[in-house]
Amino acid sequence: MSTNTIDPNSWIDKYSDYLFNYTIVRVDDKEIAQDLVQETFFAGLKSMKNFKGEASERTWLISILKRKIIDHYRKINSNKGKAEVRINYVNDGETEGDWLEERVADPFDQNAENEIENEELGVAIYNCIDKLPEKQARIFKMKTIEGFDTEAICNEFDITASNLWVIIHRARTAMAECLEKNWF
Amino acid sequence: MSKENKIFVSCEDANHFCDKNEYQEASFWEKIKLSIHLIYCKACRKYSTNNSKLSKLVKDPKVISMNQSAKDSMKEQLKKKMLEQE
Repeated sequence: MSTNTIDPNSWIDKYSDYLFNYTIVRVDDKEIAQDLVQETFFAGLKSMKNFKGEASERTWLISILKRKIIDHYRKINSNKGKAEVRINYVNDGETEGDWLEERVADPFDQNAENEIENEELGVAIYNCIDKLPEKQARIFKMKTIEGFDTEAICNEFDITASNLWVIIHRARTAMAECLEKNWF
Repeated sequence: MSKENKIFVSCEDANHFCDKNEYQEASFWEKIKLSIHLIYCKACRKYSTNNSKLSKLVKDPKVISMNQSAKDSMKEQLKKKMLEQE
């Protein structure tokens, strides 16, 4: 029926860092960003039935997150907004345009190349990590970003040290290739 | 033993030392072997520079991951919500 399936249990492991980095460059506050990511997951859970499987899970969550960020700015601006003079930009009276949503810059709806160019570094890195096979991605993240010991990772995944280094090597090669175009 | 002490190592080994070096886990002897290899191997020099660039990018303070406790509490709350829905 659908090409993409949805599985809330894996959301946090898979997407929270990506969404968090996406949010943090837009709201510039850790707490708020975390809250927004959380709300996004809740909202996603609520409207799971509406997920048609046309987009990937991540794209779908990002589209929810974008709304949440817009809502956040609406909320903190509401007092100021009251004093503002409102101008109707649609004058025909029939179509009620949603000013914010239609006017907001939307880099994610552009084509793939623009998308990467417009991304912030953090988002770009997590985007590349997402492209790695799952095991590689997890090990690379643990080793490089979270800074775990070689031994600890080996124990957790039940692999030998040389296995680990082979995985790290593959991950690093793939990451370098993925980031090369825009960041090297 | 003779294999262990070779001064000229294969590219495969050199890359392995290079990866280790990025995590400050290469031994002194491995570092020497790596630098000797890099003198004459262009491909590995390229890999090595790219590798250190990658490390630098990932270490950038702008790249943040949420800490594990925050993730765990998020997971729990999400589970609660899922149960509520059922």
